[in-house]
Amino acid sequence: MGGRVGRCRLVRGCQGAMTQHRCLRSPAMPECGRPVSRPVPSRPVPLVGGARAATLPSRGLPVSSEVVMRKPQQLAGGSQRVCLNLLTPGLKVTRFQFHLKKMEFSREKRLKARLAGDRRGDLYPHSLQFYLQPPTENISLAEFENFAIDRLKLLKVVENLGVSYVKGSDEYKSRLEREIRKLKFPFKALVEDDYDARRKDHISHFILRLAYCQSEDLRRWFIQQEMDLFRYRFNELTGDLVEKFLKYVNLSYGAISKEVKEKLAVQLLSSTPGLSGAKVEELEFYKVPLQEAMDLFRVRRVYLLNAFAYVPQTDIVAIVLNNYRTKLSKALALTARSLPAVQSDERLQPLLNHLSHSYVGPDYSIQKNIGKISLEHIDALSVKSFPLCMRQLHKALRDNHHLRHGGRMQYGLFLKGIGLTLEQALQFWKSEFIKGKVDADKFDKGYAYSIRHNYGKEGKRTDYTPFSCMKIILSNPPSQGDYHGCPFRHSDPELLKQKLQSYKIPPTGITQILELVKGMHYQLACQKYFQLTHDVDDIGFSLNHPNQYFAESQKLLSGGREVKKEPSEPENSQQKPSSQKSTSSCSIPISSNTEADTELEGLDAYFTED
Amino acid sequence: MARLSAAPLPPRCRLLPAPLPLGLRALASYGGVSGQRRGAAAGSRGRLVKNYLQRREFSFTLRDDVYVRYQSFNSPQELEKEMQKMNPYKIDVGAVYSHRPIQHNSVHMGAFQAQEKELVFDIDMTDYDDVRRCCSSAEICSKCWTLMTIAIRVIDRALVEDFGVKHRLWVYSGRRGVHCWVCDDSVRKWSSAMRAAVVEYLTLVKGGSETIKKVNLTDPIHPFISNSLSLVEPYFEEYALVGQDILGSSESWEKVVALVPESVRESLLREFPKKHDSIQRWELLKKKMEKCKPSHAEWEIMLQYCFPRLDINVSRGVSHLLKSPFSVHPKTGRVSVPIDLRKLDQFDPFAVPTISCLCSELDMAHEEEDGEKENEAEPEPKRRTRDYKKTSLAPYVRVFEQFVEEMDKSRKGELLRKSDLQGDF
Repeated sequence: MGGRVGRCRLVRGCQGAMTQHRCLRSPAMPECGRPVSRPVPSRPVPLVGGARAATLPSRGLPVSSEVVMRKPQQLAGGSQRVCLNLLTPGLKVTRFQFHLKKMEFSREKRLKARLAGDRRGDLYPHSLQFYLQPPTENISLAEFENFAIDRLKLLKVVENLGVSYVKGSDEYKSRLEREIRKLKFPFKALVEDDYDARRKDHISHFILRLAYCQSEDLRRWFIQQEMDLFRYRFNELTGDLVEKFLKYVNLSYGAISKEVKEKLAVQLLSSTPGLSGAKVEELEFYKVPLQEAMDLFRVRRVYLLNAFAYVPQTDIVAIVLNNYRTKLSKALALTARSLPAVQSDERLQPLLNHLSHSYVGPDYSIQKNIGKISLEHIDALSVKSFPLCMRQLHKALRDNHHLRHGGRMQYGLFLKGIGLTLEQALQFWKSEFIKGKVDADKFDKGYAYSIRHNYGKEGKRTDYTPFSCMKIILSNPPSQGDYHGCPFRHSDPELLKQKLQSYKIPPTGITQILELVKGMHYQLACQKYFQLTHDVDDIGFSLNHPNQYFAESQKLLSGGREVKKEPSEPENSQQKPSSQKSTSSCSIPISSNTEADTELEGLDAYFTED
Repeated sequence: MARLSAAPLPPRCRLLPAPLPLGLRALASYGGVSGQRRGAAAGSRGRLVKNYLQRREFSFTLRDDVYVRYQSFNSPQELEKEMQKMNPYKIDVGAVYSHRPIQHNSVHMGAFQAQEKELVFDIDMTDYDDVRRCCSSAEICSKCWTLMTIAIRVIDRALVEDFGVKHRLWVYSGRRGVHCWVCDDSVRKWSSAMRAAVVEYLTLVKGGSETIKKVNLTDPIHPFISNSLSLVEPYFEEYALVGQDILGSSESWEKVVALVPESVRESLLREFPKKHDSIQRWELLKKKMEKCKPSHAEWEIMLQYCFPRLDINVSRGVSHLLKSPFSVHPKTGRVSVPIDLRKLDQFDPFAVPTISCLCSELDMAHEEEDGEKENEAEPEPKRRTRDYKKTSLAPYVRVFEQFVEEMDKSRKGELLRKSDLQGDF
């Protein structure tokens, strides 16, 4: 365990060890040997021994499993409290309230005390809200963490359900409801006396905002899941409550008059799928400013005229969601700006980092396996261990000696993720491009820059992370001349079929894959492809990253033959289980108990000293 | 005095190495006007407008593809001076930021944000390579230029009628495509999500090399699609059937037949060889399609071959940079000129003035002038403006001026309206 010298003098009342703070402020310092992701420094509980911690990639840590999850138990003793004011974006927080009390209240007592106040009803008039007002009360760090973890769990469930079921289907709804009920979030609009659930919903949302405002990827993920959750909950509202809610959030629009409707009848009919002429007459149409109907006009589900969208009342949910999205993304941007203030709180920063890193498991930006691939292996690897999207890109590159920007990004970052060094990457791309129309000089001028850029050596020097499946499927669809994207999402089924046939996938397997594609389960289809090409029945992980595909494939292929390829392979496989755990929706076993226990003892000793 | 006459203005092209945006100097000499175009109609007050230019990002491409981002200037004069100093090959215009871009390193990372930019569209002929038979990649010819004409018609109609946009400047990029700058006040503030949504609305052709059928229509046909179709239709026969001859050979009609429902494919392939030309074959195809109704294959083919293909990444990013109007394309030497929509069908990309022809025209103008009167106490910028009126750039400059005037007018109108409203109180 890293040397715990002197008491922390940075924060008054803090029980943390000096080294720890230093470590937290400069997470890169390797010698302190403490994982950056340690939550709540007030009680130094080194969870993993120094030597082992150093071998773990800080981002791929079994975040949600080991560290965070065990935390609440440890905290049960003390009630360190956080003033939630800090969740208010823009509010300058110079010093957080920080009490360290011996256990004075039991949780029940506190609860009673709170319930005694009469602000319950005023605070949360609806089970659903836009989260406009940040919470202002003080809560304990333990509760802070519990709330955050529960909501994260919920959002992960939302994500997983969204991939495996059709959103809004009965199966989807019932599973989601079960989960919401289990985690004690407000699940039925009408339930009286669900103050606690509403409060939890409110506070946890704001905590995750802090954790998920830090990068665009995080924001996108968070917004996506929150939107899905909100959609589900809004759709559960009964007609009456919808009205009330709309009024509550100031979203009442004027319906268009009969004359206008008659004049526009043809257009309205042809721009609103699933309507008959008679229905148009009965339905109310609202005239909504363009920007609020973004999600509707994007897919041409609504009539546009002169910067107004004519929205049928059945689609008003889209308007509400759109409004919510706008507000949320603005709020996240604001929160990001005030983040430095929050991050200066050593208790919260590691926790928040933790939360955000556990969202899709490792992001494969930190290369454990750097330099382990040699260029001549790539052809063989592309057949054996590349997911279809990368195999397709590789083939296109070899065939055309060129890839367009989208392809270079997706494939280049993937290669970076599997361990190509910058030098190798430059050599790889150059040797291929100069076989085509690009000469060496043009390559150095035009393309080398962007490769160095990908490796964080140019421009704003961001070390770009390889694309996840979500990103590949959802953003930047391929257009003419492009080979990037997800083959399951972006190929004609007929072409996909031919391709799979040429890769010797058995006909039954192809049918299964195409069935999944039809149901828009692209990642499951890819998973199926993995099973078929690796001849396993159950792959035992849920696939959400091309680099994960590669790593799993390599693990499987080299597994039988022991560590033949690289000496550092075991390290790689050690990292793997963690990614599985955090991706398979937070069903988190608590591991390495013994280690933690000994450390807890040490902690107690430390505490009595005080 | 003697010195002045002894050294008349040197020929401009000597000042400027090879393909340099001479045209841009015209722009800069517009001073207030050009700077204000970008800032144009910024906020409601003149002070704000001035501020706009200072926070606008410019970026230069210098010799050997050296790329300099985050340049910003306090005044049009400063911009012009810098341009003469740096001799950029290409100038890109970016967003208006929260701070002066030149100081982007000195403000806190998160605080430096792109706040506003015109909505831009980039339509590039390269994206049509799978449906062009005359040229490929960066080449264009008068035949395929029709695609750009159609694209402008379709997008422009939607912008005006559907999105209620007023100020659009369409610009020939100088080589193989067109750009559109939408400068309305409200539009410039759009988020990138909104921009992406607009592009999606305007996109019908979807899919990369792995997709054969890139247009799929479903009932009901949205008014946007039917309106666009009625704009595409008049060009289709002339462009696709005659010009591109898309049903001219078995090789090319196989591509078309792949887009119709399977049930008719065979009979079409059987009967096509008997017909004489593309037009007859198209008639045959239409007739066949009438029989298998719910399909919209006929329209889908038209759209796949003619419908505009936008680059979403250019439009979506608020901070995305786009080549400035009136700059000279480094590869072709042609000036990137505004297109007059009233004469859209007559626009000929090959008739656009090039840098060398502008230089010689300017020299000629000077010689004449020098012969007539020795020197006149006319301020330099003003004289330059006048100079450009004597070149073949003049009609294009006029288009631009009109555009700016329109914008000025509507901004003043807006101001008036606002002050009226306030006066009520």
